[in-house]
Amino acid sequence: MSRLIDQYPQITGPDVIEQLHQLAKPLKGLRVVHVNATKQGGGVAEILQKMIPLMNELGIKTEWEVIEGNADFYTCTKAFHNAMQGDQVQIPERLYKAFEQTNLENAESLKKSLTDADIVFIHDPQPAPLIENIKGRKGKWVWRCHIDANKPFRPVWKYLRNYVSQYDASVFSLSAFAQPLPHPVYLIPPSIDPLNEKNVPLDRSECVAVLDEFNIDPERPLLVQVSRFDRFKDPIGVIQAYRLAKEFIPTLQLVLAGGGASDDPEGEIVLEEVRAAAADDVDIHVLQLPDDSHRKINALQTAATIIVQKSIREGFGLTVTEGMWKQKPVIGGNTGGIRLQVINHHTGFLVNSPAGAALRIRYLLKNHDKALEMGIKGKEYVRENFLITRHIREYLTMMLSLVYGTKHRIDLK
Amino acid sequence: MTNKSHSKSITHQKFVLRDCALIAMATGKRARSLIGLRDQLETIEEESIYYHFWGGLLRPQFEDYEYHNDFASWAAHTLNDRTMAERLGIIDPTKYENLDQLRQELVELIDERIDELEEIPWAPRDKQFEFIVSDIVVFTTKQALSEPEALLGIIPKMSLGSIFYHFIDARRRSPQRTDDFTPWLKSFGKRYQDLIDGIMGIDPCLTSLSALRDELTEEFSNHLEVN
Repeated sequence: MSRLIDQYPQITGPDVIEQLHQLAKPLKGLRVVHVNATKQGGGVAEILQKMIPLMNELGIKTEWEVIEGNADFYTCTKAFHNAMQGDQVQIPERLYKAFEQTNLENAESLKKSLTDADIVFIHDPQPAPLIENIKGRKGKWVWRCHIDANKPFRPVWKYLRNYVSQYDASVFSLSAFAQPLPHPVYLIPPSIDPLNEKNVPLDRSECVAVLDEFNIDPERPLLVQVSRFDRFKDPIGVIQAYRLAKEFIPTLQLVLAGGGASDDPEGEIVLEEVRAAAADDVDIHVLQLPDDSHRKINALQTAATIIVQKSIREGFGLTVTEGMWKQKPVIGGNTGGIRLQVINHHTGFLVNSPAGAALRIRYLLKNHDKALEMGIKGKEYVRENFLITRHIREYLTMMLSLVYGTKHRIDLK
Repeated sequence: MTNKSHSKSITHQKFVLRDCALIAMATGKRARSLIGLRDQLETIEEESIYYHFWGGLLRPQFEDYEYHNDFASWAAHTLNDRTMAERLGIIDPTKYENLDQLRQELVELIDERIDELEEIPWAPRDKQFEFIVSDIVVFTTKQALSEPEALLGIIPKMSLGSIFYHFIDARRRSPQRTDDFTPWLKSFGKRYQDLIDGIMGIDPCLTSLSALRDELTEEFSNHLEVN
């Protein structure tokens, strides 16, 4: 049976995969467990869906556990998420208690899996207290923060820091997000998988069929923002930008496509706000897609003239990466991880307002060659920097450092 | 004895081609002004100074290099202090015996500039200077070369990580603080002296790894013949 990992050299080149095998060799036989809060929806789940089998094929026994919680737990963790991104939220004591109790219960059910694991990756704040509740843990524990923590609301961070500081290492996507902690703090951006259904090349006929399904005209310019319905993604700002640009380009169409994530209780409220803002404009398509709509999202991004990700806070923005992989110019909010990907005049434009986005939309629709050139550059930029193979290489390097205590130089002979 | 017969009489060590990658780590130390930068530089670990002079070569880059190091870039693009940027930008890190000497030079230049300024410019909160360190991971390749001529066909195809390892990182590893090619070529006596001079003439600063690869390719093509 052909292995998943053997499909990557055709995209990344053989050397990249050979390096992964070299890095994995001294780690063979270790047992690694990842823990997060959702199996479906959002970038973390998508990364883990492919990273787990690839790590296993590299000889590292890797498992994935998902914690479970009630409504109060998710309300609390959503508030944490917003607070980490700078919102000054007041969280009632009752929710803190639900958060701690949920983690205590999950620790009980995960005890067997986590106590003896050689390395445990805990993703984001939701399962962070597990470290305190797994007594006699044997391995190294890493806290992986996927959130834009550039300016966290201090009281909430102070609370979470009590847990995070107990870890052996932490990982942030950007140096600007990294918080001072008493252990090594790695800087590892996330990644996309080029072999995921969301990112494989599609025929034009398949794209057109998806556009037909949603009454989108394939012959007219199309803006696409794919995101959870979340205020930090600024979907209302995208509608404002579209309206400003449409005054000059009456044929313009907009797609705002998103799904829900099981750990996001605010999604429905924001979706209603977006529908109200779109009102009766037949050229604005607000699509709530099921979690497994990878090919449809792929088709929408592939058919887009411009990808938009006008976030006002963004941990990384994998939808930007996906758009660039499909050779599209990207208009992105000047924030967080988008800054790492959208390089002004090279892969797209960073904007600070709906007016700025509208201006760049007009520019790109008028300067077709420039848009084309940005798309080509963007794809190569992703190939070099933001594919899952680079992500795995950096995780393996970190694991080697943690397990063998190497400092600054790891020589694989 | 001709150079050729000389080389045949000695068993030379093979040139083992290697590759590398960096993984970045935050130090948690930041600066918002030249005063903060100077204060942090006095105590920051040497690895961080190395990273901010050389690590940029392995980071994605679209623009041409205006300044060779991150300190000068930050002074220019964030503090808008072009004078400071020019003085920091001209520093040649290869001229210093060790990173501590380089640190002293940085601190002195910044101190001198602080004395000149009536007002110290501040960086916005989201554009602070972030001190980073990196781990380097070194990979083996399946290539071990017996004769320099073999490099002719290999250098143009070398990965950027490999160029970094043999041309930049080598300066920290070798006692002579040179690239890896030079001591190996010297082990063949005078036979490759012109090539050695050419390689030693390549400036590793203010350039990209792909441009360095092109320069090395040119030197090898100019001085070696394909057998």
